[in-house]
Amino acid sequence: MKTVRVLIVDDHRLFRSGVRAELGPSIQVVGEAEDVESAVATIAELEPDVVLLDVHMPGGGGVEVLRRVLGSGAQVRFLALSVSDAAEDVIGVIRGGARGYVTKTISGAELTDAITRVADGDAVFSPRLAGFVLDAFASTEAPPIDPELDSLTQREREVLRLIARGYAYKEIAKELFISVKTVETHVSSVLRKLQLSNRHELSRWATARRLV
Amino acid sequence: MRPRAGRVVAGVAQGAAAQLRLDPVVLRLAFVLLTILDGVGVVAYAALWMFTATEQNEQQPHGTRDWGQVAAYGLLGFAFGALALVSGAAAGGLAMWPIAVGGIGSLILWQQAEPGRRQKWMTSTVGRVRATWVRSGIGLLLVGVGVIGFLAAQDQLAQASTGLVFTAVVLGGVALIAAPWLAGLWRELQKERTERIRQEERAEVAAHVHDSVLHTLTLIQRAAHDPREVTRLARSQERDLRNWLYMPKQDADATLAAAVRRAAAEEEDAHGVPIEIVCVGDCDLDDGLRAMVHATRQSMVNAAKYSESPVVSVYLEVEPGEATVFVRDRGKGFVLDDVPDDRMGIRQSIIGRMERFGGTARVKTAPGEGTEITLTMKRTTP
Repeated sequence: MKTVRVLIVDDHRLFRSGVRAELGPSIQVVGEAEDVESAVATIAELEPDVVLLDVHMPGGGGVEVLRRVLGSGAQVRFLALSVSDAAEDVIGVIRGGARGYVTKTISGAELTDAITRVADGDAVFSPRLAGFVLDAFASTEAPPIDPELDSLTQREREVLRLIARGYAYKEIAKELFISVKTVETHVSSVLRKLQLSNRHELSRWATARRLV
Repeated sequence: MRPRAGRVVAGVAQGAAAQLRLDPVVLRLAFVLLTILDGVGVVAYAALWMFTATEQNEQQPHGTRDWGQVAAYGLLGFAFGALALVSGAAAGGLAMWPIAVGGIGSLILWQQAEPGRRQKWMTSTVGRVRATWVRSGIGLLLVGVGVIGFLAAQDQLAQASTGLVFTAVVLGGVALIAAPWLAGLWRELQKERTERIRQEERAEVAAHVHDSVLHTLTLIQRAAHDPREVTRLARSQERDLRNWLYMPKQDADATLAAAVRRAAAEEEDAHGVPIEIVCVGDCDLDDGLRAMVHATRQSMVNAAKYSESPVVSVYLEVEPGEATVFVRDRGKGFVLDDVPDDRMGIRQSIIGRMERFGGTARVKTAPGEGTEITLTMKRTTP
């Protein structure tokens, strides 16, 4: 199996070295960056396969890195990594172009797995992200503007539900009698809807969740 | 105290009547008569209007007015007035009119300054603010007309005019001098206010950090030899901070998601096993759903205590007709039929409890494959 070249972007040095130590042998950490400016420069210079991106950083945060790197047309994949569970952050970074979102409490093995998945072009949904998506797509009564993008299929809903219940992709495949590849396809399709759907409810929902 | 309901003009007569234990009609007639005789009625009414507070009644913000009575008293006053003028009974009548006009003007200005009203206007739209200015302008105009009218009626306008011009010039000068200073004072006040709000927020954050975070860090240092306890403390503190930062404040006795979250938090603390919880939707609690929360708690306890799974996943989904909870672990699993009947946990606290309230409980498990308990309950609440 070919090694995945990873760049860690996080403003906490301790956290960066912690992640570096935890990742499996299939992952090669090629560099680190600690703020938006250095992240954009290092990504352009090193062209990593996957960028582990912190959501909260000085200089605009992960969303700003996504905007500048993806806006320039670079073909790099992002996995958002954050301590935040706020819906606004999660939905914001996914809509910004990240292919997955995991919280920093994730174990080293799971993170390695998630990075490999993102490197292969698949999406990574944590149980919480799956819950957010189900909630966001369910909470709208208004008819979808674009039915293809604005609603989930029955199968996608089932897959998300199982992710929210704590099932791994392999377990989902077994439960629904489909292949792991099909599960990945469903999740990627949900990710695409999440990123492309124009419905305002998504962002409104995320903001409403933030209101205390 | 002027009541809001049953007013004719401003409720002055009604209020005074209530105070004096009289029929308001008597006082109303008295005001009308006093007005006709020499205008004192209007002045007295206006004065009372200013100095008596409006009854505070939240249910009836606008009050009611009996327009029929207004018309009746108006006609009566008009008729008497005409009669008085014709007969010459109103001796000082004409001279008192400017005072009455001025009185009404100052009354309007006074009303603008009433705290409750000011607040109402401050919070409403631009149109209302403009209305405030219009009213203030009309008030000022009426006071001016009253003052000038009074002087004219006393044939002293000519002498007073030079004095009036002088006064106006002096007042204008003072206003010009004071305006920048007043504006500065206003800005200073605003700044102080925002600063105070910021300080209060900072104090709240500091109090929270001190009460919980520092406390936990101390506990962690003391328990450094016990990794399980350290993890438990860190988890508990993390959850606490997260709730504080990101979660809308919810009443754990009122809604299902909040109740399940609280149960998970308590069991996580009690058993030291992380319980990951995801909630989609929420609804109010009823008896059935309360029973489901208990069954959920028992499922979490079982998973945390016996499964040896490093983590327990809980997923709650509220749909229009029913609510479902999944409690899952990747632990060692068991054979359901091997569980003796007298073991209260599964059969009584989970399955029995759910069925008593018309719900269902399904247990999916096998040795080595972990356990998932699915609880479903019909909803009766919105």
